[in-house]
Amino acid sequence: MDFRDSPAEAEFRARLRTWLADNNPGLPTSSTDDEYWARQAEWHTALYDAGFFGLSWPAKYGGHELPTVFDVILDDELAAASAPPRPSLGYLVQGITTHGSDVIKDRFLPGLISGRDRWCQGFSEPDAGSDLASLRTTAVRDGDDYVVNGHKIWTSYSDVADWCFLLARTDPEVPKHKGISAFALRMHQPGVEQRPLRMINGITKEFGQVVFDGARVPADNMIGAPGEGWRVAMTIVSHEREPGELGYVARYTKTVKELEGQVRADPAGFRPDQRQAVAWAHVQAEMLRLHVCRRLSERLDGIEHGPDGSIDKLLMTWVEQSVGDAAVKISGAQSALDPQDVGLKIYLYGRAQSVMGGTSQIQKNIVATRVLGLPTA
Amino acid sequence: MDTRETPEQAELRRAARQLARELGPATVTDLDDDTRAKRLAAAVREAGWLELRHDNGDGSPLASGIEACIVSEALGAAVADVAFTGPLLAADLARRAGVAPAEDAVVVFNETLLEPASGGGIAVDVDPEHAHTGYVLLSDKDGPRLARTNLSKSQNSESERAHTERSRGLGEVSGGADLTRAIVEVPDGAEVSYVDGARPLCGDDLAQFTALGLALTSADLVGVMRGALDVTVAYASERRQFGVPVGSFQAVQHLLAEARCLLEGSLSTALYAAWAVDELAPADAIDAGRVAKAYCSRAARTVCETAIQVHGGIGNTWDCIAHVYLRRALLSSQWFGDDGVQLQEMANGLS
Repeated sequence: MDFRDSPAEAEFRARLRTWLADNNPGLPTSSTDDEYWARQAEWHTALYDAGFFGLSWPAKYGGHELPTVFDVILDDELAAASAPPRPSLGYLVQGITTHGSDVIKDRFLPGLISGRDRWCQGFSEPDAGSDLASLRTTAVRDGDDYVVNGHKIWTSYSDVADWCFLLARTDPEVPKHKGISAFALRMHQPGVEQRPLRMINGITKEFGQVVFDGARVPADNMIGAPGEGWRVAMTIVSHEREPGELGYVARYTKTVKELEGQVRADPAGFRPDQRQAVAWAHVQAEMLRLHVCRRLSERLDGIEHGPDGSIDKLLMTWVEQSVGDAAVKISGAQSALDPQDVGLKIYLYGRAQSVMGGTSQIQKNIVATRVLGLPTA
Repeated sequence: MDTRETPEQAELRRAARQLARELGPATVTDLDDDTRAKRLAAAVREAGWLELRHDNGDGSPLASGIEACIVSEALGAAVADVAFTGPLLAADLARRAGVAPAEDAVVVFNETLLEPASGGGIAVDVDPEHAHTGYVLLSDKDGPRLARTNLSKSQNSESERAHTERSRGLGEVSGGADLTRAIVEVPDGAEVSYVDGARPLCGDDLAQFTALGLALTSADLVGVMRGALDVTVAYASERRQFGVPVGSFQAVQHLLAEARCLLEGSLSTALYAAWAVDELAPADAIDAGRVAKAYCSRAARTVCETAIQVHGGIGNTWDCIAHVYLRRALLSSQWFGDDGVQLQEMANGLS
């Protein structure tokens, strides 16, 4: 057991730190401002071009084939430099890698990883949230294409996306889990209408809704086999639950560091309960950092996480919401008086964490039945 | 960076869990079984685990904080009624002072249980069969120096009340909430004498000692959570109401799922604290210990309360083992400071 860097890790860390000193884009506090989302693509390509993104992914797709623990170093250093977190798209990479043909992988992974192609995820629908398998968007075969009709929601970055990782029903005759297929659908075409969503903290650039009205996707763009869509979705959402895949640790650590800085700058200006809320946020963020370290080390053994991802998602949710609690507490009355207050925005943004990627209630169901082995009713 | 255990550490974990499971108390009634408790104590002694922090000959301990915490977690999981952390801490302090530890010495803590006492206080995690020596720290012009007091003498004078009030649990000594580890009160004014040949301890010695205490008590809490959760999941799978196991109800499932998450998060903090004891600078090791202790104390309280809740009415009876876990968690939390203490220390550091 060694939490210290190996020589190769130390060299990587030093190189990254040097690069960050000159290349931190100084984006607004993450996730609380539209400018952050608007400039995220720029940050993605900068990180990638410098050789600091896609660390554990195959070299032929633009990755670096490093052990997964290098992502821990990346998150550490991004937080230390108060830089934005790494783009969270590991789960799409995992979905394509696990289920896509070689042709699909060669075609889509390089652009996805480099950030040249922007992707969104068309899974949830207004009437298919936790019960994702009941989705009603259809893809009907028409010559070499499928024709897509339906309505997706919570489609992250749909306003800037070039491609949509789409789940659609291709066979209405079979049980609901078996009639779904996955596609890479081009967003820039007639029949794709993007509608922004305004979230409770005011941002409009993160989530969108997409309405498909006769949009076309070539049959060759199917990811996995016809009817394999549910399995593809499960691969993606299980990775989407893993903080190691998402890189959120950097975001939490950075926010905590900023809150600590505020208190240090004016210790007498904060009550003991405010200071203790920051201390608790520090404990939580540190827990997640160490937890990711442990999980990514376990991957060195080739251990893949199934239902354990739900444990990690719940832990991450508690961290995010503890950080949000500290942020709004530090703002004090300002959070109630100023709608642009950053503490307020961080707090409000955090409420989504217990919903997105599968609600906390669903995660607890999974942990209870599949990790603890409790009987089902 | 690789946080996996070595094969030797994995083997130690397996052996410690097996021993603790075989010889630890499976029921509350088992706590009265002195024969079993003595076999457990003898087995822990024979395994050499009480010597993990003895001097290796070059001033370093025989084993790192990781091995010590592996055993601590295993004993916590079985609510094993055997002295371990107490003797280990005493040996660690003696090693730092450059002397061989008195056999089965334990450290006497001040009344807040946060640091070694200078005279009267509480000896924690005492082996009722063997313990006679309590270590305290007396400060002179060179700094704190190891001193000793006789526990059996102080027991006669001060803990008569606690003794007579006891109805169950360990040996002849305990008066604390924890039914699995004994404490002895040392009165103010108890006779203390310097330990021959002990060199004065420096700030780093005491910081590392504290880091070890934070790590060991955090590991014990991780074990307590694991044991409490195992017992409770088994109960929820068997106990039937409305014609089905209560563990099939979502309300019960969600409580247990949360408990499982708290256990996993706690383990991640405790492993780092255990590693940090001997590998990081003393101040950083304490920081790691504080994070672990804050997280584990809060988590253990919730997990043990869940254990009692899910056991229902029976969980509130003396004969249900659930409260044995909660009681052990209370002592491990308070020893070296619970989440409130750690958060306050961290908050004070923000100035």
